[in-house]
Amino acid sequence: MLTALGLKSVDQLFADIPKELRASPLDLPEPEPELELAARLRDLAGRNRTDLVSFLGAGVYRHWSPPAVDQLLLRGEWYTAYTPYQPEVSQGTLQSIYEYESLLAELVDLDVVSASHYDGAAATAEAALMTCRATRRERVLVSRGVHPHYRATLRTYFGGGLELDEIPVVTDGEAAGTTDLAALEAMLAEPERPVAGVIAANPDFLGLLEPMPRIGELAHGAGALFVAVIEPVSLAVLAPPGAYGADIAAGEGQPLGIAPQYGGPYLGILASTDALVRQIPGRLVGMTTDLDGQRAFVMTLRAREQDIRRDKAASNICTNQALLALAASIYLATIGPHGLRDVAASGAARAAELEAGLAAIGIERLHPGAYLNEFAVHIADARLVHRRLIERGFLAGLVLADVEPDDPSLADGLLLCTTELTTSGDIARFVAAFGEVVAGRPPVGVEAGAGGSQPVGAGAAAGADGATVSTAGGTR
Amino acid sequence: MSVTGPRLQPTLFERSRPGRGGGKIPHPPKDALDRLPTEARRATPPALPEMNEPDVVRHYVNLSQLNFAVDTGFYPLGSCTMKFNPKLNEWAARLPGFAELHPLAPDEIAQGTLQLLWELEQALAEISGMRAVTLQPAAGAQGELTGILMIRAYHRERGDLGRDEVLVPDSSHGTNPATASMAGYRTITIPSAPDGGVDVDKFRAALGPRTAAVMITNPSTLGLFESRIGELLAAVHEAGALAYMDGANLNAILGRFKPGEAGFDVMHFNVHKTFSTPHGGGGPGAGPVGVGERLLPYLPTPRVLAQDDGTFRLERPDERPTSIGRMRSFVGNTGVLVRAYAYIRAHGGSGLREVSDDAVLAANYLKSRLADTFDLPYDRPCKHEFVASAATLKARTGVRTLDLAKRLIDFGFHPPTIYFPLIVDEGMLIEPTETESAETLDAFADALIAIAAEAESTPELVKTAPHTAPVKRLDEATAARQPNLRWRPMAGAATPCPD
Amino acid sequence: MTAPNDLRYTRDHEWVRVDGDEATVGITQYAADQLGDIVFVELPDTGRDLEEAKPFGVVESVKAVSDLFAPVSGEVTAINGALASDPELVNSDPYGEGWMLKLRIASPDQLDDLLDGEAYDELVAAG
Repeated sequence: MLTALGLKSVDQLFADIPKELRASPLDLPEPEPELELAARLRDLAGRNRTDLVSFLGAGVYRHWSPPAVDQLLLRGEWYTAYTPYQPEVSQGTLQSIYEYESLLAELVDLDVVSASHYDGAAATAEAALMTCRATRRERVLVSRGVHPHYRATLRTYFGGGLELDEIPVVTDGEAAGTTDLAALEAMLAEPERPVAGVIAANPDFLGLLEPMPRIGELAHGAGALFVAVIEPVSLAVLAPPGAYGADIAAGEGQPLGIAPQYGGPYLGILASTDALVRQIPGRLVGMTTDLDGQRAFVMTLRAREQDIRRDKAASNICTNQALLALAASIYLATIGPHGLRDVAASGAARAAELEAGLAAIGIERLHPGAYLNEFAVHIADARLVHRRLIERGFLAGLVLADVEPDDPSLADGLLLCTTELTTSGDIARFVAAFGEVVAGRPPVGVEAGAGGSQPVGAGAAAGADGATVSTAGGTR
Repeated sequence: MSVTGPRLQPTLFERSRPGRGGGKIPHPPKDALDRLPTEARRATPPALPEMNEPDVVRHYVNLSQLNFAVDTGFYPLGSCTMKFNPKLNEWAARLPGFAELHPLAPDEIAQGTLQLLWELEQALAEISGMRAVTLQPAAGAQGELTGILMIRAYHRERGDLGRDEVLVPDSSHGTNPATASMAGYRTITIPSAPDGGVDVDKFRAALGPRTAAVMITNPSTLGLFESRIGELLAAVHEAGALAYMDGANLNAILGRFKPGEAGFDVMHFNVHKTFSTPHGGGGPGAGPVGVGERLLPYLPTPRVLAQDDGTFRLERPDERPTSIGRMRSFVGNTGVLVRAYAYIRAHGGSGLREVSDDAVLAANYLKSRLADTFDLPYDRPCKHEFVASAATLKARTGVRTLDLAKRLIDFGFHPPTIYFPLIVDEGMLIEPTETESAETLDAFADALIAIAAEAESTPELVKTAPHTAPVKRLDEATAARQPNLRWRPMAGAATPCPD
Repeated sequence: MTAPNDLRYTRDHEWVRVDGDEATVGITQYAADQLGDIVFVELPDTGRDLEEAKPFGVVESVKAVSDLFAPVSGEVTAINGALASDPELVNSDPYGEGWMLKLRIASPDQLDDLLDGEAYDELVAAG
C-alpha cells in the first residue's frame, strides 16, 4: 500500500503532526503472545474469590442464567454489529430491540421502553431529567430508600444547576426504613419550589416494600411526575409501576440473566407512559413496513437524539447497552413467565427461611416491614462479623455502614439477600457459621495453627482494622 | 425460495403457545408469597412469551442472520472504528473469577480485578499523556459528561462563576453539544475553516471570560489532524478556559500524539472503538476519562488506589470531597474493561503504534483508490478515516449518497457513515481500520467505483437498492408518525406474521 | 418553485398571510422539501405571546429537526390541530392545510421586515 501511495515510510502520513507536539515513546510492556496473555488473565481472575457462598445483593443479584442465553449472545452477528443505522442489514438487532421493548413494557406495565441505558443509576438520573423537561420545573425529590449509588449519581447529574432533595425514611415503627410520607407531603407543599418528579424504589435499597400507590398520589397531587425505581425479576410477583400510576420506571436489568462482572456492563431500564414518548432519551425501535409492504423494524423518533438535535437533544446518550438488552430478552424468552415467577418466589421463600434461621440464633431484622428477598439484620461489629464469615466461606451480604456511613440507624446493619441459587443447605451452614462467629468460636482449621484458643472476638477487640484475612488474594 | 439464508422471523410473541417452556427453575413452595401484603402483589401476570428452548434458539439464530456484522464482512462505518474483536477477550471476560465477582465484594477478595483496573488506568494514562484516568464512565458520551462536569467543578472552586459557554466546531459529534447542555452550558458552534480544520481565528474571537471549555475532536470527524492545535490550546488556556478532547478518533494517533502532552486538560477514550471491545449492536462500550493536573481533584469516585503493600483498594465514599461524585453505580463496565486490558497487553506499546500506522495507511490507500471517482473535499493525507462526497455524481445523475450506501449492501459491504459530519454535502465518512486486508480494501473500492458507473448507466438500479437484503427500504415516515413501539398482545397483530 | 406572491416570508423559511390584524403562519414549500417527510410539529398553546425572531416551536422530519421562528410578535389565537395526527399536511399543502398557527399581530411595522415572494425566491436561489 505504501508503494501504491508513492511513499517510503508511513511516517510521511503523520507529517501533519507538528514536531513539537509529537508523542514521547509509548512506555508500555512488549506485545504478549496469546498463550502468555491467557495465563496472565487466568492468574488475575484467580486472585478474585468467587467461591464464597454469597448472600450479597444490594442492587446486583445472582441468578441462574440458562446457558442458551450466553451461547446465543456470543454469535458474531449480534456481538460485532453496531447501532442499526442501516435497517436493511440490521433487522436482527432491530427486531430484537422491539421485542425487548415489548417484553419490558409487559413487565413494567408501561407503553414506551427505551432501547437501553448504561445502568440502573444512569437510567434513574435520565428519568429525573425527563421529569424536569416534561414539567418545566427544576426540583426533584428522591427517597433515601433509593440505592445510595443511584442517589449519588443523581447528585452528579444535577450538578448542572437543577435541584435535588432527599426525602427521609421513617426511623421507627411499622414503616421504619420506608419513605416518610408526611415529610414528602411537606416537601411537595412548598409553593416557591415546585417539584418536577418524585423518585422512590420498590423494593427499596433495604429490601423493603414501599407504599408506591400513596407516593404516586402525593406526587400527582402536586403536579409532579412519579418515577418508580424497579428490580425487574420482582415484577413477576410485585405490582408493576403501571398498576400504581407511575409515569416513569427506571431500574437495573442485570438480574435478567446478566453476570455480576464487578459492576458491568449492565442494563439500564427506562420506560414511560405514552404521554412522555418525546421526552424519553435513548434509541427507540418501531414496527413499520418496507416498500414491498413486508413487516420490518426501524429506529424511530430519531429527532430526539443527539446526532440530530445536538444541544437540544433529550440526552447525550449514543452508545447504549444493546447487547445486554438482548441478553435480558433471551433470558426472559428462555425462562418464560412461569419461570420468572418461580425465580422471584424462590428468592422470597429462601429469604423467609434465612430470616427464621437467624432469628433462632438471636439475629433480628432491622426493620419490621414486608420484604421480598432481601432484608437488613442488626448485628454489632458488622464489619468484623462479615470478615470472619469470609474466612468460613460465606459472603455475608453488605456491611451497610460501608455504603451509608452517615446513617446512624444503619451503623450495625448487614444487608442479606437470597435468590433461587441459595439452597436450604447454604442457609443452614451460613446460620451455623454466623452463630459461631457471634459466639466467638474460631472456624475449624483456620485459626488452629495460630495457637488459638484465643476467641475471635478478643482478637477483634485488639485491633479489628489491622486484622488480615487469611484468604485474601492477590498480593505479590 | 432458498432453504438457507436470512429470512424474516415472527416475533417471540407470535411464537408463544400456552404451556410451553419450563424446566429451568425448581418450583418454590406454594405459599412462598403469602407473607406479602395483597396490595403489593401483581394482580395479573405479565404476558411474556411461553416457548420451548429449541424455539428460542432458532428464533435468535435466525434473527441474528439478518444482521451485517464485523464478523460477517467489511464494516467501514466512519467514526465508529469497526475493527475485528479478538476472541481471546471474550474468553477472558467469561473467566468465572471476573464474571462472577460481585461489585460490592470486599476489596480483599477482588484483588485480581482491582489490579487489572489499576494497570489499565496506568496504560491509558501513558497512551494519552494524562496524569490519571477514571474507568467509571459507561460510554464515550458519559465520559464527555464526566469531563465537562469536572471542568465545571474546577471553575466553581476557583470562584470563576461567569463561565457558561462551551465552544464546539461545527464538525463535532452531536454528543458534544448535547453534553454541554446536560451540564448546564450553552453551546457556541464555531464554523470550520475551508481546509476542514478548526478555524483558530474564529475560536480566538469567541473565547472569553464566558468560555468554560472547548471540545475538540482530534483527528477531527473529517479524519484530519488539527495541525494548529498547539496554537488553539494556548489561546484556550490564556482565556482561562479548559480544553476537552473527544477521543473518538484515538485509533489514528496511538504512539504518535498524546493529548495530555500537547496540553489538553481532559479526554475520553472509546474502548469499543480504539481497544476493540465489541460494539454489541449499539453497546456496551466504556468511556474512561483521562485528566491532567488541573482536573485531578475532581475525578469521579471511587478511584482504584494502589497501596504501599502491593494491594489495591477502592476509594471509600466521601474520602475525596473535591470529587464530582459518581457517574453511575459501582466501578464501571468492568467486563468491557477486561477486554480492553487484554487488547492493550496483546499489542504492547509497539503494537499499538502499529495499529495506528496500519489504520492510517489503509485509509489513505482507500482514499487514493476513490480519488478519481468521488469528490474529496479535503484532499490531503488523512488519518484513520476520510470523507468522500457524491455531490458531483448527484448533480450529474441524481443518485444520492444514500443510494450509493444502499447499493453497497448488494455488493456485500456495510455502508460507511453517511451525511456526517454535517458540513459536507452528500458526504460519506469511510473508516477501514487496521484489521482489513489489502484485498478487502480493493474489493470495496472496486464496488464503489462500479456503483458510480451504475449511477451513470442505470441510475434506477442504484436508487432502488438494496435488492438482495432481507427487506427493501423502510417506511420511516409512518414509523415516526404513528409509532408502534411495543407488541400489543390484546390488540392482535398490526400486520400479519411473515410465516 | 415559486413562492406565492400574496404571502410574506422570513429568512428562516416561514410564511405569513396577513388578514387585518391576524397573521397565519406556516413554513414554505422549500423548507418542507428540505426537511423531507415531516413527522411531528410542536406548537405553542393558544394565548402564548410570541416574540419576533424567537423560536416558538419545532418541526421534525425523519432525520432532521428545525426550530420555528416567529415572523412577527403577537399572541397565538389558534393552532392547526390537524397537524397532530397528520403532520404530512405540511409536506403536501404547506401554504394551505399545512398552516401552523394564527396570531394577533402586536406591531404591524414588523411586517415591513418580511420578504415578498420574489425576494424570497431569490433568497432560496442564492442558497
